[in-house]
Amino acid sequence: MTMKRDDCLKALARQRTGEIVVAVYKAAQEWIQIAPHPLNYTFTGAMGQGSSHGLGLALGRPDKRVVVLDGDGSLLMNLGTLVTIANAAPKNFVHCVLENGTYETNGAVPIPGAGKISFSAFARAAGYPKTYAISSLEEWERELGTILHEPGPILVDLKVEPAGKYAEDFPRLYDLKHREAFGRALRESR
Amino acid sequence: MQPALSAAEIIREIKRAGIRFIVALPDRTTSEHLLKPMLEDPDFRVVQVCKEDEGLSICCGLYSAGHRALLLMQHTGLLDSINALRGSGVEGRNPVCMMVGLLQLEPGVKPTESKRYGLRIVEPVLDAMKVEHHLLQSDDDIEKMAPAIEKAYGTETPLVLLIATEPS
Repeated sequence: MTMKRDDCLKALARQRTGEIVVAVYKAAQEWIQIAPHPLNYTFTGAMGQGSSHGLGLALGRPDKRVVVLDGDGSLLMNLGTLVTIANAAPKNFVHCVLENGTYETNGAVPIPGAGKISFSAFARAAGYPKTYAISSLEEWERELGTILHEPGPILVDLKVEPAGKYAEDFPRLYDLKHREAFGRALRESR
Repeated sequence: MQPALSAAEIIREIKRAGIRFIVALPDRTTSEHLLKPMLEDPDFRVVQVCKEDEGLSICCGLYSAGHRALLLMQHTGLLDSINALRGSGVEGRNPVCMMVGLLQLEPGVKPTESKRYGLRIVEPVLDAMKVEHHLLQSDDDIEKMAPAIEKAYGTETPLVLLIATEPS
């Protein structure tokens, strides 16, 4: 069983309060349309680096909760991040992996180990104190209230499939004006 | 004779530049007299990373959160992080400040004249990327650090401080 990715993101948007949300690739393209907000951070520069940008934000602003919307192909490109995050142990860090089993942005080629690997098991082995593997929208909506408030770092493996059509806008994801606006919004958000 | 670099002076200069977050992978040039003391120094929060490009991205996140950071690594790690430096550092205009050990640079030899290919290419690669870099060879060079870091943050551009010899 899987969830439509945009349903998953819409559920998060409904329960979001003041969290920073770091999003990459397909999740980012959809998230900025579903939940436009000055505390959206999409300026990750290189594939695989979203969770590391998120860790910097979480360490720099321990008063703000950081939710990372990572991809499965992206996380595979930077698996050491799990150990780094677990070791740094930011209590305000929620690491969501939107697992669709493919490099969807790059031609939907399957990721290595698709369907055989477990991101929640990787995270537990790396030292994340709490992990979830969620494949239904009902469960995601039920657990979100807890996930957004309990001490992290938390990894949430979300089993998703592509959603409806969302226009791609890569220049917007890396736009410097939006990053400056993010910085201003974060400074004002105390 | 190999010029000396004082580790204590370097650490003092890092503090003078307002840096409190150190993001690091061990490098033989800097581990003993810079990283190990920093791990024990309550003025620093050291974030140990598994790979250098991670470290570069953590520095970006810290910058957006209002903090200055320094990434310690070996020149091999810098070469491994070129895409993150391109995307987040240069194109993303993040003032990522890096202290890079030039492992096994021959005493008194310019990096571009080293017998080691991996060392010879470091400065030309940075020049091609238009990334500012400074070579720290002796104590006289240490006072370049804080102004260079200040400039990096003022202009939102990355900076590489190359360590030519093991500080003591």
